Amino acid sequence: MYVADSRSTPATAATAAARDLGPGRRAAVAPTVLALGTVSLVTDVSSEMVTAVLPLYLVAGLGLSPLGFGLLDGVYNGFSALVRLAGGHLADRGGRYKTVAALGYGLSALCKPLLLVAGSLPLIGAVLAADRTGKGLRTAPRDALISLASPEESRGRAFGVHRAMDTAGALIGPLVAFLILRQVADGYDAVFTVSFCVAALGVLVLLLFVPSRPKPLAVPSEGAPRASLKAALALLRVSDVRRLALCAFLLGLATVSDSFVYLLLQRRLGVTDRWFALLPIGTAAAFLLLAVPLGRLADRVGRWRVFLGGHAALLLVYGALLSGWQSPALPYLVLALHGGFYAATDGVLMAAAAGSVPAELRSSGLALIQTGQALARFGCSIAFGAAWTAWGDRWAVGAATAVLAVCAAAAFALRPADRDTASPTPTVPEGTPV
Amino acid sequence: MTLRNKLLVLLAALAVLGGVAAASLLHAADRAAEKDRPQAGGPAIGSGRVSLAAGADRRIVFRNMAWGPHRDELVTVPAGAPAGPRTASGVKCLRFHSAGGTGICLQAVRGAVDDTYRAVVLDSALKERAHYPLPGIPTRARVSPSGRLVAWTVFVGGDSYASASFSTRTALLDTSTDRLTTSLEEFRVVKDGKEYHAADTNFWGVTFSRDDRHFYATMATAGQTYLVRGDLTARTVTTLHRNVECPSLSPDETRIVYKKRVAGAPVDAPWHEYVLDLATLRETALAESRSVDDQAVWLDDRTVSYSLPGDYGADLYSVPADGSGAPKRLLTAALAPAFLK
Repeated sequence: MYVADSRSTPATAATAAARDLGPGRRAAVAPTVLALGTVSLVTDVSSEMVTAVLPLYLVAGLGLSPLGFGLLDGVYNGFSALVRLAGGHLADRGGRYKTVAALGYGLSALCKPLLLVAGSLPLIGAVLAADRTGKGLRTAPRDALISLASPEESRGRAFGVHRAMDTAGALIGPLVAFLILRQVADGYDAVFTVSFCVAALGVLVLLLFVPSRPKPLAVPSEGAPRASLKAALALLRVSDVRRLALCAFLLGLATVSDSFVYLLLQRRLGVTDRWFALLPIGTAAAFLLLAVPLGRLADRVGRWRVFLGGHAALLLVYGALLSGWQSPALPYLVLALHGGFYAATDGVLMAAAAGSVPAELRSSGLALIQTGQALARFGCSIAFGAAWTAWGDRWAVGAATAVLAVCAAAAFALRPADRDTASPTPTVPEGTPV
Repeated sequence: MTLRNKLLVLLAALAVLGGVAAASLLHAADRAAEKDRPQAGGPAIGSGRVSLAAGADRRIVFRNMAWGPHRDELVTVPAGAPAGPRTASGVKCLRFHSAGGTGICLQAVRGAVDDTYRAVVLDSALKERAHYPLPGIPTRARVSPSGRLVAWTVFVGGDSYASASFSTRTALLDTSTDRLTTSLEEFRVVKDGKEYHAADTNFWGVTFSRDDRHFYATMATAGQTYLVRGDLTARTVTTLHRNVECPSLSPDETRIVYKKRVAGAPVDAPWHEYVLDLATLRETALAESRSVDDQAVWLDDRTVSYSLPGDYGADLYSVPADGSGAPKRLLTAALAPAFLK
């Protein structure tokens, strides 16, 4: 099963994709990227099915008060960030991207039937923690596989296609779950079982259609940095990686969590309760529609510019929430900009990072940048909540806007060299202990 | 493996996984159908007229949890013969309360794709007077003793997208003016004598005073729960006591029964029932040793009632309010009671 079909090895696929890149021609992405996109789509259908019905299951199915869950959330987030670093590192050792990703997807799939057995809040909390561990493990190796399977010049589009497929799954999942509950009253066990079957299908697609290791890495080249935690940390001594990680971290410090954006929309613009639950869908829909075009734009005009442009969209979101402008169009505008922010930053950052991180440390390097960004965002949300408590929501948004403007200016000054055309992959500087 | 073989493996897996999924759906549908048939030994239930008006006879109105065609409907039994035949109204509610001839019924509305929820204000003949859409899953409902004020609480999941945390939203309605306060979070909070602002405040479990102006409720913030006293005219809530959830005011308005997190209890069953004397703030533990996750209801000034998980979802129990005696099962397969005089 692990013997890669020659037609789908990334090297040939990448060459084929590169050959298609005529001016004005719409080239396909590598089969590996489509396969990974399919895995993510299917997996997100599965996981969002559970997320969508979980509150209902806890309250209506088990008769529990789910309030205590909020307290566990912070613990999960910190833990998930550490797991991501570990997953990235494990995948780089011997190039086991597929194995580590499969472990992550498999672990999350196994959590679905466990939800049926877990009947109390602490047990359900433990199952959700295991699910997030799986998510943390698989993210960096998966992004590494996408970047290794795509030619440098169309990486932005490859990540855009992957993120669009991922988001499509997230939108389909809740629909499937509610259709099941619509047909079968109290059919939570059916929702979890179907969710498991869908997740298992995702793991199978990964095992069957994603090549086990990218060809260029089959034999580690002489003198290449060996994967180790030290080598991963030494990546921060590579100028471009350090600048990129620092910029992602700085901008993360000014990125308030989605829930605050939705709450502010509701408070400042009078979104009715009935529409409140639909706000995340608005962001996701904009993300879905814009991920590919903005990924392609990033390939053309520079990933760094698009990444910074995405934060300009976020600045507009804050500005709209801060202004007293009342218009029925405003929620749509805010959600479109918010989804655009994700489309211009999420995959684009990985595409940009892939250009600066040597292939041997790809997974660790991507994990390092993602973790830095995630921790900064987590810190921002805590600070934003505190500012809201101390000074009220208007001042909190004002402060976030100011911090974002300052961080964007700093990021602009610190920006890495914008390398948009393929260039030799940089390596760890000589003399770096590895 | 060739592409052809891979596709064959995928197809075979699709067939197996599809079969498992279909079997689980059929199994769940079968079980759902089972619940529509009355179970042996269950309470006798017949359709009839249910009234919320005060009358000569004491009655209990509640959500019937017993399997059969009247599952989840509001039913009534004489207070003197709770195990006797139930009279079903045809009105389905997830949560319910009634006083002074007004009923509040929080119910699910089946939509094209998913369910939505609404709060229906009922008159004494169970006719709809008004309804309001709800932003989440219903959990608590209360009517003031006069029947004029109504409150309800729902769980809202969207406040924290893509994470497993929830918040509550509590609304207050004055049925005489139809003035709706959609969230108690609009009220000014006075905590420990000082004005308090926090994004993480949550309110739930309102209980009303006879004056149709004051009420008590739970406020949670920064990981701590408080008993608050609210003033509808001044639009303020003031903290009175810590570690209090789901308060319920006694008919003589001297005490509050509530659930409290006790140290050393299992994480999934942390609550025990206590009574708080409002004049002295002295707490008395009730004789119920099990964890109660409910907003209790007073039968009279000496007895309280609450639900515990049972074979058909929930059973109602009663226990003396002074800490003496032992819990007794009042009703099987029942939830959300109101005791009508």
